[in-house]
Amino acid sequence: MDMLAFARGPGLHWSLTILFVGVFWRLTGILLLRRSPDYSVARISGWWTGALRLIALRSWPRREFSATTSFPTLIGYLFHIGLAVIVFGLQQHILLIRSLTGLSWPNLPSGLVNLTAGVTAASMLALLIRRMTNPVLRLLSNFDDYFSWLVAFLPVATGMLAVAHLGARYETLLALHMLSAELLFVWFPFGKLMHASLIFLSRGTSGALLTRKGAAI
Amino acid sequence: MNTVEIDAVHPLMTEGPRLTVEPPATRYDKQGDLPDGERAARAVRQFVRDFGATAATWLESCIHCGQCAEACHYYVQTGEAKYTPVWKLEPFKQAYKREAGPFAPLYRALNLKRDVSAAELESWQELIYDSCTLCGRCSLICPMGIDLASLISQARHGMAKAGLVPHELWAVAERASVEGSPLGATPKVFRERCEWLADEHNVAIHVDLPEADILVSMSSIEIMKYPDSIVATARILNYLGTSWTFRTDGYEATNFGMLSGNADWQRESSLRLINAAVACKAKRLILPECGHAYGALRWQGANVYGQPLPFEVEHISEFLAREMQAGHLPVKPMPASVTFHDPCQISRRGGATQAPRVVLDKLGVDLHEMEMHGNLNWCCGGGGGVVTIHRADALRYKVFQLKMRQVEDTGASMLVSSCSNCRQTFDDGQAHFHWDKTMHSLLELVADHLIEPAASKENAA
Repeated sequence: MDMLAFARGPGLHWSLTILFVGVFWRLTGILLLRRSPDYSVARISGWWTGALRLIALRSWPRREFSATTSFPTLIGYLFHIGLAVIVFGLQQHILLIRSLTGLSWPNLPSGLVNLTAGVTAASMLALLIRRMTNPVLRLLSNFDDYFSWLVAFLPVATGMLAVAHLGARYETLLALHMLSAELLFVWFPFGKLMHASLIFLSRGTSGALLTRKGAAI
Repeated sequence: MNTVEIDAVHPLMTEGPRLTVEPPATRYDKQGDLPDGERAARAVRQFVRDFGATAATWLESCIHCGQCAEACHYYVQTGEAKYTPVWKLEPFKQAYKREAGPFAPLYRALNLKRDVSAAELESWQELIYDSCTLCGRCSLICPMGIDLASLISQARHGMAKAGLVPHELWAVAERASVEGSPLGATPKVFRERCEWLADEHNVAIHVDLPEADILVSMSSIEIMKYPDSIVATARILNYLGTSWTFRTDGYEATNFGMLSGNADWQRESSLRLINAAVACKAKRLILPECGHAYGALRWQGANVYGQPLPFEVEHISEFLAREMQAGHLPVKPMPASVTFHDPCQISRRGGATQAPRVVLDKLGVDLHEMEMHGNLNWCCGGGGGVVTIHRADALRYKVFQLKMRQVEDTGASMLVSSCSNCRQTFDDGQAHFHWDKTMHSLLELVADHLIEPAASKENAA
């Protein structure tokens, strides 16, 4: 079995299995932990509105904090939206998703996706440089931060090379691209990439608890 | 230990603008003689006990974006990365990953996260206690919505179990456990003070009535340093004609057990108040001008009690706002330009941000809000028990300068708050910087401006 066949076959199968089982395991491991009852009299009832409010509100920093947080937030949005455009807009990705799930939708023009990939890669590099140079980020950063960045960056970089037919045979580049995406699937449940699902849980939890008190969210 | 012995072990510092214990001749910020391994093991066991679904959700969600630093007065004033709020939780996170997270067996088997050591916890003591007032401002900036202040409170539980609490904070908490008050306001002192104040000010101060609709509590800071608050409270409650009392078996609202991280002492302090309220069949417990007392009783009291409390709990500013809005407390207008300092645990963390503003509006003051006010206020730097810790003074003064700038920028001539701990932090800062601004009590302003009953009727006519 050559590299491309492995990437299209068992590689894809097992990486997706690890992704789904791992995410389920991690979420279950968090949610099944003990929850203490709160006997205090709530100031505001309807915890779920607080949860939804915080999920929405924290999507952009408060005006008071914008001077220091707007730039990283903007760059963060740029690469997250960029990734979404690439994953769900490129024709080849839609074909792969259709072969796995039966779902499909119209693709975006390849020129637009290629441009987006360039912007995404540049914004990811900017975030990496910031992480390596900002004293606070340097102190906080660990293996997970750098490795998660790498496994998110590799599919973008190899995808751009495959589209441009640069550096090796197309089949080899395609195989490397698929394998890099599979590495991301495998790593996803174990590292900080899980924030893609935990963000709703975390914001929702704080929103519900703080709103109950009438506290600031 | 009895009250005489505790005075010898942890003598009070009675001189100076803030109340705490004397600085130790040689600092020893450890309790007991446990071997290091046992200290670390105790801390980790307690950390693990605290790791419920809520803490786990937050600890799993951090993306190390560092934005919380920008909301923390310690980082903003020093620029030192170690004061980044989430960094203060590092040993706590490490213990979580290794001992309680979904992949804990993997972390242990491959030693991906090492055991938390006593040396590590000792070096984190400054970050968990001296440089965190539990003000919760960082919780408002976190893009993942993590409530970091709650996590730091939990981390303090493990530190207390390990006997790794800063000397002074432990000392005042121990004093509270031994004699019912952290700062020398024993039941005898409190009763005598009430009797003296009643005589001196010609006001009825009810103590130990067997039954009353309202049980009123006090902060030992008020009892020992700002006793006019006792008089002001009595005047207002007498004016309203309510049935109220102080109780010597439950009057102390501060909870240094909670601030130190000692959950047993927290429970002890809370139960004294709860049991006193139950004993006198109170329908309402009024908490004094004290920030953390509000968090301890209003939001954690019922959970300590293990069931809903059979009475309402209200901060004095909420009580005043309600009575003034109902027209029961008419006041003379107060033509002063005022700025209000929000106590973090009452406003941002407690949800009672508007109450003092209602009171100030009824007083008719010209309110000049600070640029960051209400839910976004900057902490005075004295919360979380930090004001008691001598070695934290230099850092505390640095963050206090932020508050001074904010106050100066408003141009207001008068400074008001509704927390006696904030008030003593301001008094201490004022003395240190020879500042011309003095903090005033919201409660005392209301009492001082009450329209006397006869005048009130004339006014109404």
